[in-house]
Amino acid sequence: MSISNSTIAAGDAPAVSRRPSKVLSRRRRKIQSALVAYSFIAPNFLGFAVFTLGPILFAFVLAFMHWDGSNAITFAGLDNFWRLFEDKVFIAAFWNTIIYTVVSVPATLACALGLAILLNQKIFGRDFFRTAMFFPYVASLVAVAVVWNMIFNPEMGPVNMILYTLGLDPKDMPGWAADRHWAMVTVILFGVWKSMGYYMVIYLAGLQGINSELYEAADLDGANAWQKFVYVTVPQLGPTTFFVTVMLTIQAFKVFDQIYMITQGGPGTSTLVLVYHIYNEAFISWDLGYSSMIALVLFFLVLAVTVVQFRRQRED
Amino acid sequence: MKIAGRKVTANSIAVYATVIVITAVMLMPFAWMLSASLKLSRDVFVFPIEWIPSQPQWQNYVDIWTKIPLGLFIYNTSKLTIIVTLLQLLTSSFAAYAFAKLDFPYKNTLFLGYIATIAMPWQVYMVPQFLLMREFGLNNTHLALICLQAFTAFGVFLMRQFYMSIPTELCEAARIDGMNEYQIWARIMLPLSKPALSTLTIFTFVTTWNDFLGPMIYLTKTELKTIQIGLRMFISQYSAEYGLIMAASVVALIPVLIVFLSLQRFFVEGVASSGLKG
Repeated sequence: MSISNSTIAAGDAPAVSRRPSKVLSRRRRKIQSALVAYSFIAPNFLGFAVFTLGPILFAFVLAFMHWDGSNAITFAGLDNFWRLFEDKVFIAAFWNTIIYTVVSVPATLACALGLAILLNQKIFGRDFFRTAMFFPYVASLVAVAVVWNMIFNPEMGPVNMILYTLGLDPKDMPGWAADRHWAMVTVILFGVWKSMGYYMVIYLAGLQGINSELYEAADLDGANAWQKFVYVTVPQLGPTTFFVTVMLTIQAFKVFDQIYMITQGGPGTSTLVLVYHIYNEAFISWDLGYSSMIALVLFFLVLAVTVVQFRRQRED
Repeated sequence: MKIAGRKVTANSIAVYATVIVITAVMLMPFAWMLSASLKLSRDVFVFPIEWIPSQPQWQNYVDIWTKIPLGLFIYNTSKLTIIVTLLQLLTSSFAAYAFAKLDFPYKNTLFLGYIATIAMPWQVYMVPQFLLMREFGLNNTHLALICLQAFTAFGVFLMRQFYMSIPTELCEAARIDGMNEYQIWARIMLPLSKPALSTLTIFTFVTTWNDFLGPMIYLTKTELKTIQIGLRMFISQYSAEYGLIMAASVVALIPVLIVFLSLQRFFVEGVASSGLKG
């Protein structure tokens, strides 16, 4: 492409210099500045087009194909789609993803807001506390997941040991990651612990945007701390809360790493989520078409949330 | 006045107590990790917890380097992270300059293409992307991970937002002075965009350093593995060597800790401003 462009430019050059019409030179300058602009975009765009846009389009095609990655690729029509309804593992993964989202999003949101309000006050060592809350977010997941597994070890871990010293019967002790009723709780607790510092920072920015006159007016009206929180802080943080909810929901739909590290989707299918199923179908079963169909389900979930966000932004 | 003064004191004691308890809970796993990394495996689960080991096993930090190719894993991860971060900074700021300050045909269409993919989870297209890389013969190479992480829509978007806030008059004045667009980018835009570049650096560094699923899919040869999947491999091989596992985990955390602490001001600003846009 660049070769053909330069031949055109070289061919044009003598013609322009012979007849220096204003229209032509303006056009030439326009082309030239467009070429300069494209040269700025090209390095990133080429990589982006080949490694992101291409695969995205390919994902939509692949979902309607049968392919094991080595033999011939064949057209599947809606086969992969109908299979979703009969696949018990998919149905479990779908509902587990929804449960994870419905529980972890409000929990993270509440913790992040609480922390932000607490650390928005003028207290000594505030920056240290903020950094401490934030650190789990940047810490490597593999490293912290191992510790988590050890701390929540049902037989020897310090958490159950503390419960034991508090007088809880070993029979009633939660089995955490090894127990199908507690595994999802364990994974959610880990997720909340790891990400709440990040959303706390977003809330801190939101809190700083609230006009202090609103609180002064509430003081004049004799409002107490709780009333100020309910009638001033919460409504004023509306847009921030909405943004955080959308971000958290999309993150929750994509959850994988922490589940792979803590429960491996188990026990049974109790913590198996959509991305886990995509991964298994693709890289364990090599059922590439079907795994892409599950990926489309994930895509439409995220799309639905994004569309709601766009609508809401337009209203504002 | 006196009552009010006492009320404030009681209140602030409650606030400090709450903050300290929460911070302690948040940091507990790290403290436990550090403490366990200095213990013999059989002492790791001894209860009540001995936070400061009476006989610290510094040998754990020596042994891990011989039990697994930890040095090689760290080298691989550093290499990937540095290349990806540099490419990301360079190509994103380059493209963002055109999107923010230049006019050209299909500008909005191209930019829409970037925006549309920001919300698209990588997990949706990781399988087709893997097949494409395999077609290029890139599986089991570091180049595959570089290609998939170095050209993100997020980087372009972040840099463009920052460049939009720089007055266009500055570029026009430079053009009148005879600078070409590349010089304007290099001598005016780049030096002015240090906060945005720092934000992008730390985001890219942390994501690439901590990436798990990408290396897990692409790198099956031990000598190519990154610290994250190397650590995971170590855990499954030496599942009872708790002290060693914790020591290796501490080592894996240190680089991120250093980068985060030295650039955290920019990171916090970046997170905060990305939140304000909503």
